[in-house]
Amino acid sequence: MEALTGEVIVRSLGQVGGMVAFTLLGALALEVILYLVLGRLLKSRYTLPYMLLAPAAVGLALLVVYPIGYEVRLAFTNMSLRHFREYTLSLAQGIENLRWVFTEPVLKQAKFFPVLGRTVLWTAVNVVFHVLGGMALALLLNRPMRGRGLYRTLLVFPWAIPQVIAVLAWRGEFHYEYGFVNVMLQRLGLQPIQWYANPLWNFAAACITNIWLGIPFMMVIILGGLQSISREFYEAAEIDGASAWQQFRSITLPMLQPVLTPAVILGVIWTFNNFNVPFLINRNELETTDILVTALFRAAFEYNRYGFSAAFAMVSFLFLFAFAVVYIRVTGALKGVYE
Amino acid sequence: MSTLVKTQRRKAPLSRFFRSARGDSPFKRLLIHLALILSCAISVYPVLRVLSVSLRPGDRLLSTSLAIIPDDATLKAYHTVVFDKPLLLWLWNSLSITVSTAIIGVILAATGAYAFSRWRFPGRAPGLIFLLTTQMIPAAMLMVPIYILAARLNLINSYRGLAIAYSVSSVPFSIWILKGYYDTIPPDLEEAALIDGASRMGTFYRIILPLSTPALAIVFLFNFMTAWNDYMLARIMLQKAEMFTWTLGIWTLAGQFRVEWGNFAAASILVMIPVMALFLYSSKWLISGLTLGAVKG
Repeated sequence: MEALTGEVIVRSLGQVGGMVAFTLLGALALEVILYLVLGRLLKSRYTLPYMLLAPAAVGLALLVVYPIGYEVRLAFTNMSLRHFREYTLSLAQGIENLRWVFTEPVLKQAKFFPVLGRTVLWTAVNVVFHVLGGMALALLLNRPMRGRGLYRTLLVFPWAIPQVIAVLAWRGEFHYEYGFVNVMLQRLGLQPIQWYANPLWNFAAACITNIWLGIPFMMVIILGGLQSISREFYEAAEIDGASAWQQFRSITLPMLQPVLTPAVILGVIWTFNNFNVPFLINRNELETTDILVTALFRAAFEYNRYGFSAAFAMVSFLFLFAFAVVYIRVTGALKGVYE
Repeated sequence: MSTLVKTQRRKAPLSRFFRSARGDSPFKRLLIHLALILSCAISVYPVLRVLSVSLRPGDRLLSTSLAIIPDDATLKAYHTVVFDKPLLLWLWNSLSITVSTAIIGVILAATGAYAFSRWRFPGRAPGLIFLLTTQMIPAAMLMVPIYILAARLNLINSYRGLAIAYSVSSVPFSIWILKGYYDTIPPDLEEAALIDGASRMGTFYRIILPLSTPALAIVFLFNFMTAWNDYMLARIMLQKAEMFTWTLGIWTLAGQFRVEWGNFAAASILVMIPVMALFLYSSKWLISGLTLGAVKG
């Protein structure tokens, strides 16, 4: 059994410290070169901002741009565990990979479009419940009352726990015989549910876990938004004889918009990309709980088909990108960026 | 009493349910408290279950009892995970990787965000859109190239490799949040200092950085939390047991072949307490920081 020894500490500190020092030195060298070229040679007006930006820009080019380019290249190869060093790179292989994504199973049985559909369903179900649950709790909490701080703290628990722990704990609790979910169902006189083996219930288990995990975030964001709405609006509406529902529709919802829109965007991105919940809840390697992200992971690292996975990832990204473009067109979410 | 409640409710069916409630009837207040207590029970109960399992003696791990504190509670599992399992090693591995990622994120982002916030230079708008787009690219989309490049560069099973992989998402995110924060600092402060003879870099170090301490702390904390809780990238990049981070380690206890339920629960409680304390303490700033970057644009 491995243990934490002095040797391990020294080795890790050496590696990590070396990396941070290397980053700093590299940034410094970059600054000197930029200063000489832009400032002394070209006498650019923008020397200083470019110098400020350079370390991050170079870092992002190496860490993000280069891997994206490499992924495009990989999509045209047949690289796999067997063909790791000697693989073929050709247009025909790229077309073959693409054809495979759309016509053959991306895992053992699951095909691309069912997985895409499940991902959309997964995202929609989760975000809707997150917003509804968060909104309900925020409305309940948004009033002077005893124990408000305590309620708020307890309700934030699911968000505060490290996600991996929460998901693994839930996974255990979906056990047929000993998990508390089935124990409680039985005490209520209901039939226990096959959470692991039944495809539909397995997906439901993942949704339940993720809804439990995601409500606190929405609750806190919405509560913050509610508190910033001035009381005067409601008093005015009261005088005009508006009902509670009318007040909610025409005051609360519109005033929450600026808070809610970015929270929903974040929620959609997080849920769409959630890996831990569907991957860890999925117990019997059922392919019926896989969403795009977990299917990608398994195609790449369980079936070790790197070239194919790269093509798969590109197709998935194009769908996400199309969604983002439509969303931005419709809502004008990027308007503020240029200012 | 009950007729009074009824007439009040009839007058306005959903009366004030959607607003503050100074004038709430006692019955409605009771309902609200009941709803909140039920919600709290749902949110806390799974955590209490973990605590309960961690206290059970080894021969009674599987049980249909719903009691929180078992009758024959014992701390044996805690002793096992600290002394017989490499929990401390896992935590140390996680700590060294996440802290270095967070440091790199803050260093690269602090200056870059300043350029985006204060200058209109060629390439600014595409740069900002690029930053936003990288937020939309899920880490999962890039895991294949990251894994293969890391394998080629011999970075698999190293602290370095994972710290670099985490920086992929932490750097753009940090720039985005910090730019949003710098934008809220009025430029008059720097102009005044410039008139008094300070250099542009001087204003950055003397004015902007000290004023941004809260935002820098948020960014550091956020990157730290994201990397600390990550499972997927760690699973790809670390294959040797001695390099495991705590998420991988806990997975070997709870998920892999033999489920060591009690040990998993005890390790979870030990990992959870400091993280939860840090989170509950800092959640106010974390949230304001998140929405700041998102709303301000």
